[in-house]
Amino acid sequence: MGMTQHAEPAVTTPPASGPGRVKDGRTSERPLALRLLARPDVGVFLGAVAVWVFFLIAAPPVREGSAMATILYQSSTIGIMALPVALLMIGGEFDLSSGVAVITSALTASMTAFQLTMNVWVGVFAALVVSLAVGFFNGWMVVKTGLPSFLVTLGSFLILQGANLAVTKLVTDNVATDDISDMDGFAQAKKVFASSFEVGGVQLKITIVYWLVFAALATWVLLRTKYGNWIFAVGGNKESARAVGVPVMFTKISLFMLVGLGAWFVGMHNLFSFNTVQSGEGVGQELIYISAAVIGGCLLTGGAGSAIGPVFGAFMFGMVQQGIVFANWNPDWFKAFLGVMLLGAVLINLWVSRTATRR
Amino acid sequence: MDRSSLSRSRRFAPAVALAAAAALTLAGCSSSSGGKKSEESADGASAGKATTPRMTIALVTHQSPGDTFWDIVRKGAQAAAAKDNVDLIYSADPSAANQATLVQNAIDKKVDGIAITLAKPDALKDVISKAKAAGIPVVGLNSGVSDWQKLGLMEFFGQDESVAGEALGKRLNEAGAKNAVCVIQEQGNIGLTQRCAGVKKTFTGKLQTLNVNGTDMPSVKSTITAKLTQDKSIDYVVTLGAPFALTAVQSASDAGSKAKIATFDLNKDLTGAISKGTIEFAVDQQPYLQGYLAIDSLWLYKNNGNYMGGGEQPVLTGPAFVDKTNVEAVAKYAAKGTR
Repeated sequence: MGMTQHAEPAVTTPPASGPGRVKDGRTSERPLALRLLARPDVGVFLGAVAVWVFFLIAAPPVREGSAMATILYQSSTIGIMALPVALLMIGGEFDLSSGVAVITSALTASMTAFQLTMNVWVGVFAALVVSLAVGFFNGWMVVKTGLPSFLVTLGSFLILQGANLAVTKLVTDNVATDDISDMDGFAQAKKVFASSFEVGGVQLKITIVYWLVFAALATWVLLRTKYGNWIFAVGGNKESARAVGVPVMFTKISLFMLVGLGAWFVGMHNLFSFNTVQSGEGVGQELIYISAAVIGGCLLTGGAGSAIGPVFGAFMFGMVQQGIVFANWNPDWFKAFLGVMLLGAVLINLWVSRTATRR
Repeated sequence: MDRSSLSRSRRFAPAVALAAAAALTLAGCSSSSGGKKSEESADGASAGKATTPRMTIALVTHQSPGDTFWDIVRKGAQAAAAKDNVDLIYSADPSAANQATLVQNAIDKKVDGIAITLAKPDALKDVISKAKAAGIPVVGLNSGVSDWQKLGLMEFFGQDESVAGEALGKRLNEAGAKNAVCVIQEQGNIGLTQRCAGVKKTFTGKLQTLNVNGTDMPSVKSTITAKLTQDKSIDYVVTLGAPFALTAVQSASDAGSKAKIATFDLNKDLTGAISKGTIEFAVDQQPYLQGYLAIDSLWLYKNNGNYMGGGEQPVLTGPAFVDKTNVEAVAKYAAKGTR
């Protein structure tokens, strides 16, 4: 079974593929290499490799293990959020509130624990409840009103952005939360969400492990479970999905709640690695998550994509962002370089899949 | 008791029980260290209230949302307003065009005075002359030390960013730094660019700049780590805001770098880091004073016709250095969020 799959309304039977099927002559001559290259995630994989090789040559520090650890760390904080965002996009919806939702989660945990002088785990669970509730609200509004999720989540993006500031100011009288690093449970929570470990003399952040584990889990869910089939179905054609018995409402709401879960996780990482949270952060991150998913082969229209593509998409982002620094290019051009490199990588991706599918 | 209330109370019984159980569980989860309980009750500086007639002053800044620095400016302004019997209207927008609109709003409200930051002076020229035409006194604060007189403002309270940068550059020379990096958290911000340029002017070593994405802390952290890995001879990291200095400390440790950290601006966590020695020093421009004096000066002008700085010179609120030798005196105010 491959990594990507397209909308398949007939969810009751798994999509047919591989050898053993009757060959009709249209696909038989295509060699395996070309068939592989035609997969969107193979294209993005090659794009990511191209960017990596480029910086290996252009920026000598990238060759060191510690530099790769930095790049992977940056990629993982983007990548963990890009996964649920990608699943949601496959399911045919957007979430513009995902960037500020991360900060909402971190603020909730920090303020709950500090203001009530509770063990920080109390805050962590309060944040989980709030994050899931935000996801539920988004999903429920989208399903119930039938409005485009772009509009609904634009609203919740603005609401959260304002509430992050206003509530923090109201509760702490400052715009950043208080340092909670001396509170009970902090050390333990830091171990879970923000620790690092050594592999061959290189310090790796634990988020990298979570990122890859979550990606594997998401791939399994997408390709091997009924829920995975439902995601493709609701993203492909909602009405026919409903007609064949897919619980559209449940699937969509739960996808939004998955984004909430991701926001909670990354929010906890932010809180336990930096001890305090600035309430104005997070704006603009939602576009980076969506970009990582799109570069990773998720269609903006829904119904197609994979969980492994966004992993390479996030890696490409992290690689370019840090590679420019490692290469010591003029920092004034930073954003422009970033744009050119990403566009270049996407073009390679496109060219690879075009070449591969041409007959 | 009628039926409906009976059934309602029955329906709520499990919820009440659950809430009580949750409260009991939570009570067992209290943190024995830190938290609100250990925080001393913080009273802002306050005094009696003036008996002068109530007046309205608009403070319009270019604050971006959620910036700790501007929060301190605002607290200073609020303290002065409370003392001077002033009704303070605070508004802010980082875009110059929107800031001009906010000033126009204040003129339309016929306020008794306007305090304004001149991050982009040219964009505010027209609206300032409108305020003057309407007979409203205007003072400047924070940014615009070289433009306030040209635009016809009465007084100015702030720090010259270039001068502050130059002072920090000299300080780096004294510390024996050879290779420093200036971390800009918002590319294209004039004040931040001036700070780095000021440092470059006086610093005898090599100064590089590094742009980071200020809205995403993990990204700031990895970008500084990347820079310190790329150039291992960097011995000083200069950040332009307190939260970024605290992150730079983590980056230096991640990169295995011996680089020391210095920063512009203060907050309460930063004073802790200075006393612990993880951050060397901070340049403080006393934002509280900027907000306080801007409001107080308008009150003095209205009630006694005074000009601070004589109307000719700006009133400089910085640069003041905070390091291990004087951090204790500042820390208790920083903890309250007023320094």
